[in-house]
Amino acid sequence: MSRGFLRQPQARAGLLLSGIALLAALAGPLFAPHGAADFVGAVYGGPAQGAPLGYDYLGRDVLSRLLLGGWSVVWMAFSSAFLALLAGTVLGLVAAYAGGRTDRTLSWSADVLLAFPNLILVLLVVALLGRDPWLIVLTASLAFVPGVLRLVRSLALGVAEQEFVEAAELLGYPRWHVLLREILPNVLTPLLVHFGSMLSWAVTILSGLSFLGYGVAPPAADWGLMINENRAGLQAQPLAVLAPVLMIVLFALGANLLAEAVARSNAGTEQR
Amino acid sequence: MNAPAKLPQLLASPALAVTDLHVTLDNGADIVSGISFELEAGQVLGLVGESGSGKTTLATALLGHVRKGARIAGGAVNIAGHNILGTDEKTLRGLRGKLVAHVAQDPATALNPLHRLGRVLGETLTQHEPSLEAASRRQRIAQVLQDVGLPSDEEFLRRFPHQLSGGQQQRLLLALAFLPRPALIVLDEPTTALDVTTQARILDTIRRLCESYGAAAIYVSHDLAVVYQLANRVIVLYAGRMVESAPVASLFTRPAHPYTKGLLAAIPDIGKASAPRPIPGHAPGPGARSAGCAFAARCEWRAESCGVEPALDEIGAGHRAACGRPEALASGASIRFIDLPPAPPARAPLLEVRNARAWYGERQVLFDAGLSVAPGECLALVGESGSGKTTFARLVAGLGAQGQADIRYGSALLDLQARSRSAEQRREIQYIFQNPYRALNPRQTIRATLRHVLRHVLPGVRDGDQRIAQVLAKVALPSRVLDSYPAELSGGERQRVAIARALLCEPKLLICDEVTSALDVSVQAAIIELLQQLQADGLAILFVTHNLGVVRSMADRVLVLRHGRVVEEGSTDQVLEQPQHPYTRTLVGDSPSIRAFQPY
Amino acid sequence: MALTWTLTSAFGTRFLALHGLAPWLRWLGGRLLAGAGAVAAISIIVFGATQALPSDPARMVLGPEAPESSVLTLQRQLGLDRPVAEQYLRWAARLVQGDLGSSLDSHVPVLQLVQARAGNSASLLAGVLAVVVPLALGAGCWLALHRDSWFDRKAVSALIALKAIPNFALGIGLVMLFSTTVFRLLPAVSLLEPGRSPWSQPAFLILPLATLALAGLPYLIRLVRSAMIEALDSEYVLAARLRGVTERRVVWTHALPNALIPAIQGLALTLSVLLGGTLIVEVVFTYPGLGSALNAAIEMRDIPVIQAIVLLVAAGVVLINLGADLLTVLLTPKLRTALGAQP
Repeated sequence: MSRGFLRQPQARAGLLLSGIALLAALAGPLFAPHGAADFVGAVYGGPAQGAPLGYDYLGRDVLSRLLLGGWSVVWMAFSSAFLALLAGTVLGLVAAYAGGRTDRTLSWSADVLLAFPNLILVLLVVALLGRDPWLIVLTASLAFVPGVLRLVRSLALGVAEQEFVEAAELLGYPRWHVLLREILPNVLTPLLVHFGSMLSWAVTILSGLSFLGYGVAPPAADWGLMINENRAGLQAQPLAVLAPVLMIVLFALGANLLAEAVARSNAGTEQR
Repeated sequence: MNAPAKLPQLLASPALAVTDLHVTLDNGADIVSGISFELEAGQVLGLVGESGSGKTTLATALLGHVRKGARIAGGAVNIAGHNILGTDEKTLRGLRGKLVAHVAQDPATALNPLHRLGRVLGETLTQHEPSLEAASRRQRIAQVLQDVGLPSDEEFLRRFPHQLSGGQQQRLLLALAFLPRPALIVLDEPTTALDVTTQARILDTIRRLCESYGAAAIYVSHDLAVVYQLANRVIVLYAGRMVESAPVASLFTRPAHPYTKGLLAAIPDIGKASAPRPIPGHAPGPGARSAGCAFAARCEWRAESCGVEPALDEIGAGHRAACGRPEALASGASIRFIDLPPAPPARAPLLEVRNARAWYGERQVLFDAGLSVAPGECLALVGESGSGKTTFARLVAGLGAQGQADIRYGSALLDLQARSRSAEQRREIQYIFQNPYRALNPRQTIRATLRHVLRHVLPGVRDGDQRIAQVLAKVALPSRVLDSYPAELSGGERQRVAIARALLCEPKLLICDEVTSALDVSVQAAIIELLQQLQADGLAILFVTHNLGVVRSMADRVLVLRHGRVVEEGSTDQVLEQPQHPYTRTLVGDSPSIRAFQPY
Repeated sequence: MALTWTLTSAFGTRFLALHGLAPWLRWLGGRLLAGAGAVAAISIIVFGATQALPSDPARMVLGPEAPESSVLTLQRQLGLDRPVAEQYLRWAARLVQGDLGSSLDSHVPVLQLVQARAGNSASLLAGVLAVVVPLALGAGCWLALHRDSWFDRKAVSALIALKAIPNFALGIGLVMLFSTTVFRLLPAVSLLEPGRSPWSQPAFLILPLATLALAGLPYLIRLVRSAMIEALDSEYVLAARLRGVTERRVVWTHALPNALIPAIQGLALTLSVLLGGTLIVEVVFTYPGLGSALNAAIEMRDIPVIQAIVLLVAAGVVLINLGADLLTVLLTPKLRTALGAQP
């Protein structure tokens, strides 16, 4: 996979952009000059000495809140995408390999879940059952699982009918070997691409959730929350809204570009 | 059949004149160069070459088209007086279809799935003869459909391409090509995907149409047998250059160029058993061609003088060859005729199958078929597509999904599913797939693939790596392939790896499913040579094929399948020389010997 | 969706075949059955999330400070003292009869509430469709015809960047551009007058419509572009060109119809995503549609309203997918003949 991957402009751009956002989110707390709840300036104050991004609707330092506000979005996006990947892959492989009724049940369940717009599902559960972060992660990943399941299932089915898998059956290789060593490695690349899109989508949903007020509770800092809190003062102090928007965009864009780069660099080496 | 007006041959003849055609890649590497020849109206020219020879590029270049990434660098193409390469896009478009037509290789993809047949045919005529009235248009379409052997009623015209069989689709493409009555038709391997009998009928149709429509035709193919049946003249293409040009009789009786001789020696022929000789090495792709004679690296007559590119010189009546070595030109094609060892005395069969039935969904595809293979014997399972031969072979191998059969291996009953068989049985019966490009896991190195076999099929052996080395030597593969991924190997090499994988298990029976169909002629020869060696070593082989030449050269006995039923069975000599069943007679009749010209 | 199709043809067609109906109706009936099944399953999920799961829904609605007696009254009102399965069946039965209950907050019948808002949301979505479909088709085809040109490369990069911006951020950005900071042309908040059609007050529609359109376009344009490129690179297009067919005919009658088919599935997907996106966009612009109603209902824990709107949305998605599948079958001769229908 590393062959030619880094040579692509998309890969480099993707790494750069998402790198910036990730850096801000993960290392940010170490560099924030003030705390998230500290009132240090004028309400909707413009950029000033020591506060290059100005102040928000309560007079708090935008830069500090920016650096402190990425962590929750990032860890929750990664977790939900990763969990969905794991669960969806297992279920998809099972559906493809077992076939018959198992397959039909799993696929039908996936279709039902897919009929639900993701955001509404997450919103519903979170709003009614409480805003525990792990609940949010679980629900978000639940929203992604059907997509992964259908993808893995159709890929695995495609691979399973290839002659080298039949050869493994004829040679009597144990089932676990056929699944893990013959089928799975050939399904990995499209999965990776999908992971990138899921990440990007997860960030959007999660920040949308906190925008609506169902993410972390104020006065904690959170990119989505910041966008909602400060939009009344958009005219006076656009930076308070633009800065978190920019971070979210960088992350989502970076993830998408990386996914595209993975897809391109492997376009030739999959199968002849 | 009414013969429509013939195109006046007195018109600027010849029908086609190509002068020094030169096509390169965008980066300058040659694809074809120095192509010059002429063709008269009504004649059929066979253009022979293997993959990488540039024949497909040449075919479309005659219409002024090259694929993306290539350019026409020079030369002239003149069709009935019209300059093809010199004109602008607009004129060229007017000429395409009307003056010169192209018939694609794969009819399934060459037809728009959304267009009804009547619409496609009508479009061509409206495009090129807009002044024609509706009634005459219908008449012309009906005429050409009749000429190609397709129905011309309203119901047929309303059909979509997917509702036609492969043979019918190909006939439709022929109809589309002949409809505007062009002066030249370029056919790019149109019968490759078809059965022998369908192929024979289509070749016949092509010949008739050329005669009655007065069109010249170029038939591009890698199959010398087809060219033998159809063409008046042959040009052999190697690495983008013409290496030999001759009337068909001369080419097959007195082949001159070493490559042509090599091709003829590499093809197993139905007339007499031979050990096909592979041509060592492989053809250079564009950009990898050396100065001088491109074939020198693989030629047994090569000498110092071959460093200079030989010119296409006249060596006989209408016969030209590009070789600078008179000794090479004079020698005959070194075909290794062999006598297959006499059938071993009747012994207890190694494998015996009775009452084999199989279904594809609701449809039954095998009806009580049976066979038996003695130890060390080679049984050929012959039939066309749809005959059930592959289903039968897969059933025996243990891949049959919907089937029933009584299979006895040695003294034991064999289960239909490979997983339910004993490890011993699985090991001793090995299966080689038709498509070498899908038979190996693309994400594993060859070493990993072979080691998995040792791990799961032969647990407990200590000298695993040594065995791997031995088996690679047997299939004549260098040890460096162990570290390669399948994508880095050619089709022939991959097939050999598949055979090595099978040999690692020390099998007693090898089931080969059309293992040479996906490969070039010279590569096929290598596989057949390998299989003949294995057979001499005592391996029993169940060989599924539609190629009767291979049957003649390898099989002790033959089983002929038609529509899922065994119609004839016997020794090779019997079946091929005195076929009893009418179907077998048609099969044999449709696969002529290309050595018919040569006295043995 | 292909799976639901196989599932129903196994059971729907067998059932309907007994009646000897034309293959079309058989197929359609089968799909409707499958769709109904999906909506039923979703209703169970919704019911579960709103009434069955929370340990004390009544308490949840009224809040922790409410007196015990009110909680008990609400419980009886919601039927929470009965077993869960019975609750669900009663609820489902009422639903099917059209009784969606009354809002816990305003005591207005839910049906009335929903009707008013649904019209607004429908207008918004219809407008988005009217804009997005021709734009995506046109831009996608144009880019495909000029692929790898400077403009194409820039456009594709721009689309990739656009796709990464969350829809609410897009909305806010548009507000900044056209309402508050750069220009002052359009209202930032959609104060639609109730009772009047949104189309008669177009100024309020423009920004929300533009936001949703911008959210959906990148994916769709790229999809059409790649479908068109694939069609233009196909063997049948090459064969047509070699027959001398003019480039214009090749593009319009040979390539484009083939590119439409994957585009339809993409459109269905985009619409489904937009249905979810409408929620946030309506909140951003305070647009009085189903989305903002749902948001308010969730905040107030107005269970009957939540249930009704979520089910409506789910049914909408199912219908959209059904429509897309129907269209695909209509446009693909191979599928039509596979159904056994007249090709």
